[in-house]
Amino acid sequence: MNWWHRLSHRKQMEEQLEKEMRFHLDQHAAELIAQGHHPEEARRQARLALGGPEQVKENCRDARGTRWLVDLWQDFRYAARTLRQRPGFTAVSALTLALGIGASTAIFSVVNPILFEPLPYPHAGRIAMIWDTFQGSRSDVTFHTYRELAARSRSFDAMAVMQACHLTMSRAAQPERFEGQSVSAGYFGALAVAPALGRDFQPSDDRFQGPHVIVLSDALWRRRFGGDGAIVGRQIPLDGDLYTVIGVMPKGFEDVLAPSAEFWVPMQYDAANAANFETQEWGHHLHMLGRLRPGVGIDRARRELNEIAAAPAREFPRASWAALKYGLIVNSLQGEIIRGVKPVLLAVVGAVVLLLLIASVNVTNLLLARGAQRRGEFSMRAALGAARPRLVRQMLTESLLLALLGGALGMVVAQLGVDALVALSPAGLPRAGAVIVNGAVFAFAFGVTALAGIAVGLIPALQVSRGDLVAGIQQGSRRTAGGRHLTRRTLVVSEVALAIVLLVSAGLLYRSLERLFAVPPGFDAAHLLAMQLQYNGHRYDADSARYRFLAQALEAVRRVPGVGSAAFTSLLPLSGDRNDTYGASFEDRRSYDTFRYVATPGYCQTMGIALRRGRLLDEHDAAGAPLAVLIGESLARSQFPGQDPVGRRMHVGGGNGPWYTIVGVVGDVKQGSLADSQANAVYITPTQSWFADDAMSLVVRARGDVAMLAPAIKNAMWSVDKHQPIVRVATMDALLARSESQRRFAMIVFEAFALVALLLAATGVYGVLSGNVTERMREIGVRSALGASRGDILALVVRQGLSLTSLGVAIGLMGAAAASRALVTLLFGVSRLDPVTYLGVIALAAGVSAIACWVPAWRAARVDPAITLRAE
Amino acid sequence: MAAKSDLPQGTLDLLILKVVALGPVHGYAIAQRLQQVSRDVVQVPQGSLYPALHRLENRGLLAADWKETETGREAKFYRLTRKGKAQLETEAASWQRLTEAVGLILKLSEGGAQ
Repeated sequence: MNWWHRLSHRKQMEEQLEKEMRFHLDQHAAELIAQGHHPEEARRQARLALGGPEQVKENCRDARGTRWLVDLWQDFRYAARTLRQRPGFTAVSALTLALGIGASTAIFSVVNPILFEPLPYPHAGRIAMIWDTFQGSRSDVTFHTYRELAARSRSFDAMAVMQACHLTMSRAAQPERFEGQSVSAGYFGALAVAPALGRDFQPSDDRFQGPHVIVLSDALWRRRFGGDGAIVGRQIPLDGDLYTVIGVMPKGFEDVLAPSAEFWVPMQYDAANAANFETQEWGHHLHMLGRLRPGVGIDRARRELNEIAAAPAREFPRASWAALKYGLIVNSLQGEIIRGVKPVLLAVVGAVVLLLLIASVNVTNLLLARGAQRRGEFSMRAALGAARPRLVRQMLTESLLLALLGGALGMVVAQLGVDALVALSPAGLPRAGAVIVNGAVFAFAFGVTALAGIAVGLIPALQVSRGDLVAGIQQGSRRTAGGRHLTRRTLVVSEVALAIVLLVSAGLLYRSLERLFAVPPGFDAAHLLAMQLQYNGHRYDADSARYRFLAQALEAVRRVPGVGSAAFTSLLPLSGDRNDTYGASFEDRRSYDTFRYVATPGYCQTMGIALRRGRLLDEHDAAGAPLAVLIGESLARSQFPGQDPVGRRMHVGGGNGPWYTIVGVVGDVKQGSLADSQANAVYITPTQSWFADDAMSLVVRARGDVAMLAPAIKNAMWSVDKHQPIVRVATMDALLARSESQRRFAMIVFEAFALVALLLAATGVYGVLSGNVTERMREIGVRSALGASRGDILALVVRQGLSLTSLGVAIGLMGAAAASRALVTLLFGVSRLDPVTYLGVIALAAGVSAIACWVPAWRAARVDPAITLRAE
Repeated sequence: MAAKSDLPQGTLDLLILKVVALGPVHGYAIAQRLQQVSRDVVQVPQGSLYPALHRLENRGLLAADWKETETGREAKFYRLTRKGKAQLETEAASWQRLTEAVGLILKLSEGGAQ
């Protein structure tokens, strides 16, 4: 008979036990009667001899060895019953736990794949990223730098370079533009991932003017080609050429450097002509990867590459801007991927740990308060013979059940939370696609649940079963309540302190965002719409065709009703585009990094960029006319301090080009983010540029709601060329908000958590005070009988509450001052000890705790001394 | 009187096994028989008899069936399992050895006192 069988046949077994006892008693009695005893007396003696049937039965059950199981079941049912009897308590505790558990599971789900899981490649720890450096910060490498490093270094199995690339599916009903990567032949080898169908790139694919071949992502293959198993070898028309499909990547393949990439084509750069520095092969625009040889550490590889950088070789000439004078940065791919988001994610993890702590403390407090109420019940059970371990187990069962309930609800909260977090997640969050509530996360949540249950259950269980239980039954048990109150007060103080840490952090982030959005972006974002287009096909091989398209498209767009003005620019502020910088030089012939805006006349007017000096660019600044350039204010200030730059000369895009004449100075514009320190900027017209950009952004200022105009504007551009793909349609307001999405994400998480924490702390304060008032009814009655006014009683309770709060606030402020160190990288324009934030939080905490104190105080003040005293 | 209830640890199980070995028997009869056979020297506290029976049944040394008694009532009859029989033999043997050894020691100390 196994234990399950025993448990399931418990009822039958009980009946048999009962029957066996009855038989015994009847037999014995019958015998005694036969010996001449009176039947009543005989039965009494038989019972006496057996020694109490219930006791015997109990011992028999014990002897069967299923006792623990029966007890557990009993405890469980008892716990379920008591929890059901107090729905308010149960709901509040379970919800509190659910919030703590759910929030931590959600955050863990988001953070785990990004920060802690290795990247989805074999031996991902061996993949390194290599950067050139400029003034200490990372810069993309040039193709010839890659060639030199790949040829000279011995630390790597494979090296590769890549850049973003767009191709448009021609001959489709509506032109569709795909995002992809143009890569050197060793790219997939460096990641150690092979196509699921077809083959990887070979060196013969990646040669100058080589064949048009393409590898598709699984998603694109399924979406556009119906998962055709015979796709390999097929030709597809892209950008006016026919590309031969040579492979399809596996379903789970993630390109962590370009999560939205759907295809890969060979880069086909020209390895010859390294001595000609005017080619694109000398441009800083490639990301570089390497797979370390087994047994080679990243430190060794870093040393080796920097030795190579410091020792130029004759056969590898270097351009002055790619001379590797400042050394190379070599870091693990994982480290590079998470570099930007790590501070935000760690801060959020910190916040959720605080929240989970507060939630646990709060539930502990609730259970403690309830333990106090149930002291009488437990004392009675102890007096009736329940052993201490049995009482402790009973309490543990209850809190575990509560924790399980909270855990189940928490999983729901977690699922909702993960969805919300992914929806809120900042642009550029790496591996966002890998964020799911998975098995590991569930295990984590369950572990947290069980731990919370045991931690929370243990304190009241020990307290109830400690000491003189008999005293608990007596009325005067209030006198023994001192120790319990100390525990509860300590818990409330720590709750308030933890909430303060969260509130201060949320406040600092809020103030940072406020400061950030007060920073003028340098243009007027209201009523501005932007969209990007890319020249599609060979028809735009000639620069003149591109210029013609720009002019015609502008003309068509300006005719759309509601459009005020429109212009094209090669570089759109706050668009998150790769911020290509170009060299610019003045008479001193030194090179400065500048943003190069190639913009049609009218761009500054459309954007609302202020003119400081001279004039803006106009229709006369065209091909053949004297070359004209506008410069940004800060470039003007640093180059021509105290002088008028108008009329001076400069080179744009390297020192070998023609001289441009500065015709005006315009206000500074934030290009990457509002938090950027100002960068240098130059503006020229397309026809005066030395090359025509592949992609241009249209900006349109409307008189009314600009988003509504988007379809009409697109149609206007398609009326010029219906094969022109148009992407990234967004209002500048949206781009402005998105540029600060990381800080905003952190702030929303912190604000939500801080709000919950504040509520929990307030319920904690309320719970302690109101429990205290109940226990002190008699004392309060005596006080008012002796002449204390309602105001006195009110003050008595409020004072007690505020003393708890202020202690918590004081500790919390110290904690916040320490914790804010972790936030420094996320702050902008506020000190981590910003007094306004700290004072605001103190005021908020004081206000909320005053409300939490007021209700029990008011109740105390209404105590009728006659009634309380009579009740004694 | 005190001697009656002072059954050495583990002896009760042995006695029960021995009584049951004589044939299927219910709890009350076991108590009776133990008392009769031992001429009232061994008076099993009835309160410990049943837990012992259930323990032995649980360990698989005894099996139980519900049967009618001569008076026509249903009672739980215990019988020895094969495992119980083996257990009885080893325990009886070890008891025998133990009592002999204890007897020898007791005689020795008597001799020493003389």
